[in-house]
Amino acid sequence: MSAFKLRLYVTGRTPQSQRAIANLRAICESELGGTYEVEVIDVLENPTLAENEKILATPTLVRRLPEPVRKIIGDLSDREKVLLGLDIEHIMGGNGR
Amino acid sequence: MNARPRTELAKVPTGIHGFDQIANGGIPRGRSTLLVGTAGSGKTVFALQFLLEGVRHYGENGVFVTFEEAPSDLMHNVSSFGWDLEGLVAERGIAVVDVTPEPGEETIATGPYDLSALLARLESAIRSVDAKRVILDSIGALFPQLTDANIIRRELHRIAAGLRALEVTTLVTMERTEEDGGVGRWGVEEFVADNVILLRNRLEQEKRRRTVEILKVRGATHQKGEYPFTIDAEDAVTVIPLSAIELKQKSSEIRVSSGIAELDKMCGGGMYRDSIILVSGATGTGKTMMVTQYIKAAIEAGEKALLFGAEESREQLTRNATLWGVDFDQAERDGLLKIVCRYPEVMGLEDHLIHMKREILEFQPKRVAVDSMSAFERVSSNKSFREFVIALTCTIKHLEITGLFTNTTSMLSGGESITETHISTITDTIILLRYVELRGEMRRGLTVLKMRGTFHDKDIREYVIDGSGLHIMAPFRGVHGILSGSPTYTFEDERARLADMFRGRSMEAQDGHIGD
Repeated sequence: MSAFKLRLYVTGRTPQSQRAIANLRAICESELGGTYEVEVIDVLENPTLAENEKILATPTLVRRLPEPVRKIIGDLSDREKVLLGLDIEHIMGGNGR
Repeated sequence: MNARPRTELAKVPTGIHGFDQIANGGIPRGRSTLLVGTAGSGKTVFALQFLLEGVRHYGENGVFVTFEEAPSDLMHNVSSFGWDLEGLVAERGIAVVDVTPEPGEETIATGPYDLSALLARLESAIRSVDAKRVILDSIGALFPQLTDANIIRRELHRIAAGLRALEVTTLVTMERTEEDGGVGRWGVEEFVADNVILLRNRLEQEKRRRTVEILKVRGATHQKGEYPFTIDAEDAVTVIPLSAIELKQKSSEIRVSSGIAELDKMCGGGMYRDSIILVSGATGTGKTMMVTQYIKAAIEAGEKALLFGAEESREQLTRNATLWGVDFDQAERDGLLKIVCRYPEVMGLEDHLIHMKREILEFQPKRVAVDSMSAFERVSSNKSFREFVIALTCTIKHLEITGLFTNTTSMLSGGESITETHISTITDTIILLRYVELRGEMRRGLTVLKMRGTFHDKDIREYVIDGSGLHIMAPFRGVHGILSGSPTYTFEDERARLADMFRGRSMEAQDGHIGD
């Protein structure tokens, strides 16, 4: 079972989108082990999902699980802030390491 | 009206009463217009009305982007105007994009971002209802949400460009902290600087006065300066387009009776049907009596009259009329008369104006009387008072009906009042009622000071008021300075006076120093 369910909203195949995807992949691999699921949504193709989740900016990373839902904006290049925003240290630490 | 240059941009009528008149047609089609005002200045109502009128009257659907107020709250708040936003959303006339922040949500920025998601949602909403009008209310709320003002400015610029590409007409509201000074708080004015509308809500003589000013419209003409507007439950925003009012009333040659035969004679056969008559005099000179006679003339001709009372109650007016042989109650029952009594203090002058216009348009009278006009002067600044009179005058003239206003002067004899100086140029006919102190006796004199477009009697005539009404008698002869309030007599008058004495009509003339 995945501890983390993440959804990344991007816009098309812009360099900013590519950078966000690459950054997220790196963080997930090094910090989350095998316990994560990532969905990448293109807001141009799927504006309704963006509407439902009230997404304003791209890239936006949504932590859908564990609850509560959290949102982080930007291309995820500031690794420290991403870890802080996802609360990874606390959650992974609490999951028995 | 300004001539329309060939290069003028096409405009979209907002459908807001009076606004399209001062905007020479509306706001530029396919562009963004910034609507700026302080908290409570009416931005949201103005913007929503633009959207709703589009759906209801122009067959243009709309998208409503809310940054501040949750859609459900907003829909509830505007239901007091009788606006059924929920219904329009259900019928797909309006689509809502909700950009309000989630409670307790904080935004963490981990690198560069843009607002493409917002633009994508906006585009999708526009396509879903085939919208032609969009409102963004209010974009200032983005700033605390996203913190990086530079990115927001850049992105708003991009959104404006995107909306332009979609050929929708957009109204963007933004809050400002002060009534005067810079346009916006966030330097966003550059983003849609082409077209800017300012809403103000100032405290003036302890009354709130709302005004709208079109600051600029690129590539098109508009009326300049501030115009008052009101917000009420019936019509929501109503702009009063004062100086934009066209002076295109036809001039009528048809005459109507003032209700006093002798006065009609003095005016060369009666009042013009589409004229405004000002009756000015001190308290007790018989102004209300003249109003009563004027209304009686309408009733007798089988025409409708509308009386606005500002100083006396309906009961007082009716009772006095009964004393002079006019049955107001019966006339009201017959549908020939409507009496509306409101103290000027109950609301702002703009609201009075809207109510009075509405009542005139509903009742469709042939004659309107305001007793007294000067009572309204008490509750406003000179400027708003003048605007009020102009607007009311235009309404009356536009309908080609007759208006009679009374004005109470402060001095008993002679003198002039602010009302006179302010509105005398607007009225067509001015009738002065004055006390004349002659040999220790108070008498009354009447003169037609001005009457546009006709010859009139220029004498100062004595008049008396008795149980059957107001009777105009012979001119005062040999007396000067009645209007200035200090009459002097000439020698010829002495002979006439002595003649009077021998006929036993005048008993008071014992004073020997007259005729010096």
